[in-house]
Amino acid sequence: MSQAAATNAVSTDPSRRARLAEFWYYFSENRGAVIGLVFFLFLVLLAIFAPWIAPHDPVMQYRDAVKVPPVWQEGGRAEFLLGTDPVGRDMLSRLIYGTRFSLFVGVIVTTLSLVGGIALGVIAGYFRGWVDTVIMRVMDIILAFPSLLLALVLVAVLGPGLVNAMIAIALVFQPHFVRLTRAAVMSEKTRDYVVAAKVSGAGHGRLMFKTILPNCMAPLIVQATLSFSSAILDAAALGFLGMGAQPPTPEWGTMLAEAREFINSHWWIVTLPGIAILITVLAINLMGDGLRDALDPKLKRS
Amino acid sequence: MSVILEARNLVRDYHIPGGLLKKAKTVHALKGVSFSVEQGKTLAIVGESGCGKSTLGRILTLIDPATSGELLIEGKKIDIAKGDMTPEMRRKVQIVFQNPYGSLNPRQKIGDILMEPLVINTDTPADERRDRAMTMLKKVGLTELHFNRYPHMFSGGQRQRIAIARALMLNPKLLVLDEPVSALDLSVQAQVLNLLADLQDELKLTYVFISHDLSVVRYIADDVMVMYFGEAVEYGSRDEVFADPKHSYTKTLFAATPRADVESIKARLAKKKQAA
Amino acid sequence: MALLEIENLVVEFQTASGPFRAVNGVSMKVHEGEVLAIVGESGSGKSVSMLAAMGLLPWTAKVTADKLTFNGRDLLGMSANERRKIVGKDIAMIFQEPIASLNPCFTVGFQIEEVLRVHMGLDKAARRKRAIELFEAVGIPDPAERLGHYPHQMSGGQCQRVMIAIAIACNPKLLIADEPTTALDVTIQKQILDLLMKLQAEHRMGLIMITHNMGVVAETADRVVVQYKGRKMEEADVLTLFENPKSNYTRALLAALPDNATGDRLPTISELFVDEGAAQ
Repeated sequence: MSQAAATNAVSTDPSRRARLAEFWYYFSENRGAVIGLVFFLFLVLLAIFAPWIAPHDPVMQYRDAVKVPPVWQEGGRAEFLLGTDPVGRDMLSRLIYGTRFSLFVGVIVTTLSLVGGIALGVIAGYFRGWVDTVIMRVMDIILAFPSLLLALVLVAVLGPGLVNAMIAIALVFQPHFVRLTRAAVMSEKTRDYVVAAKVSGAGHGRLMFKTILPNCMAPLIVQATLSFSSAILDAAALGFLGMGAQPPTPEWGTMLAEAREFINSHWWIVTLPGIAILITVLAINLMGDGLRDALDPKLKRS
Repeated sequence: MSVILEARNLVRDYHIPGGLLKKAKTVHALKGVSFSVEQGKTLAIVGESGCGKSTLGRILTLIDPATSGELLIEGKKIDIAKGDMTPEMRRKVQIVFQNPYGSLNPRQKIGDILMEPLVINTDTPADERRDRAMTMLKKVGLTELHFNRYPHMFSGGQRQRIAIARALMLNPKLLVLDEPVSALDLSVQAQVLNLLADLQDELKLTYVFISHDLSVVRYIADDVMVMYFGEAVEYGSRDEVFADPKHSYTKTLFAATPRADVESIKARLAKKKQAA
Repeated sequence: MALLEIENLVVEFQTASGPFRAVNGVSMKVHEGEVLAIVGESGSGKSVSMLAAMGLLPWTAKVTADKLTFNGRDLLGMSANERRKIVGKDIAMIFQEPIASLNPCFTVGFQIEEVLRVHMGLDKAARRKRAIELFEAVGIPDPAERLGHYPHQMSGGQCQRVMIAIAIACNPKLLIADEPTTALDVTIQKQILDLLMKLQAEHRMGLIMITHNMGVVAETADRVVVQYKGRKMEEADVLTLFENPKSNYTRALLAALPDNATGDRLPTISELFVDEGAAQ
């Protein structure tokens, strides 16, 4: 009986929809963010349905069609819309499959650094004292290295490969989340509702993760979006330097690296993966800006 | 009449550690305050910012420990610095804060806010928790419809009702009210004061009412304690204090409170005409 | 002639849930040397109407009025540049949070001298002399030394005095005080109110006192406008308002004062006053 009442009450809960509507109002005011979101959703669909959308196998080498230019150029062939690379693989298919790797990198790196960063940040901000000092000094040390260089060193230690590259990048990104979480926790910790929860007898764990943390999420979501794009960029950079995904994986950075020597003769082999990286990162950054507008109460207009 | 709360010579010092250029110093926020409150009565603690009234409130609510002195709740001595805080003790004293916009967790639904004290301190089954939260919601003048909403959907007065409801969930004996109506509009203030009076009658609650607003204090208090720089400069029944303030600070305070009655306005206008 | 004249002022905000009308057809006049109190609870639009008159609202607000003049000059029609010459010089404003209203990065002396430089065009020595005079006028002890202090080194009451000094620096004709004492202690409130009344009488300024505190109204105002949910409920002389309020809302508001409590419980607004606007 009471359970039925509960489900009923939840379904008539007006606040979630209202909050979503409010969120969408502020988000949609930023046109760039909407375009970014649409493009991002398009990428997600591409990644999921890659085997059905891509016209060819990404690693299939067509020996009769090496370095074919895109279809609109002289010598282009209709079956290879964006041309082929030096060993005759279809560029379009490789780019479509590349989406998978890029999004995968983004998701994993962001999740890893977010979870680790939140845990350390909450602990540092909540307990302060020597715990805080130790955690923050370690984070400062990580931040003192140029991020790509540190990732490179880590990959060199762990051995090249996409998974190791992701771990390295996640570690490099972690301090940003730690700092952000710590600052948010410190400002929330003194609020009356936290004291009220303490008066009702809540312990440290409950106070940290159930009372305080949900109120610190807005800046973290924004930061997560932005580091999603940085992760893609850094993974591509590592791939370009030969420390990330290994050939013949159709990862965009790796594709760039393989095609370096053709930059003057066969522009499409270098340019197209570059453009793919550029547009993806731009779209996600635009989306992050929109999220910031919609979620950060400080920027909210009356 | 039984004494619910007794404070004997409470002292609270804050140590501010020194740095390279600053000497370490000690701030005496409370300099030995003693009082007692009987069941069902209201003690008002009056003072201006920085007089130590909120520090006292936090000590009474067992949030911060006192540096020295004794605190007795229902005749039982309690010292949280020694760690003798039991859920039993926790349940006896609750607090309502000044700012209803800061005292409710914005990410929690009203129902969860009300049930949280039960979840933490008792092993009441979920059904019963829900029923008790619903009953409390109605008792403070809200409806079941509000159970699943978030705090930002409520006005200041409604939020203060929710904060009061949360404080009452564990059936406390003593409620510390830290300026509960000073952030509210006049009309809402009247409603909340009425609610507090109703609840006191019904549940035999004891209030420690911290305020700077003398007109509210005169209305609600049985006993009044005036604080000034960490000391209780005046302590007595409401009628004694208001009729015949002894300390010069109390007199200043009374003289500074703006009066909204017709006679004072007439007097002021006459004076103004004379000057012109 | 009235100093500030407002007729049928309407202010609308664009929000996520559609347009919101914060001020709905409010009219009022302030004369030279007069203290007008605007009373209302939160959401009554009392601050918004004054901010609209000064052109200080964000761009999401739409302001319309049949008449909005200061000293006979139309405020709505004039360019932002022209308005800036009036606002801050002939119309000055002080706010609720004195410490937040001062820029924490500069000394209070710099901030007051900046106003004098922009609006009065005084040279350095004259500015300093005038700043010291002003600090003396608002009762800040040891003014020459205090000029070099930063806002965080002063108490709330001192900061409000500085704000008042800045506001009266250019001898404004009209001073708008938006809840000037709400954030202050009672004893400090008394001092600030006394100071404002003294300055108002000395300079024969028009003073608009925006407040929710009936006590402050009773102690300062000549005339009172009562606002509720963006509409004007009543306008009356201060004595008439307290002795013989015409609107039900004012009557309910006065009855809810704990000072006037007669019985065991306070009468509440909803018992005494049915909101016609909400009923429609």
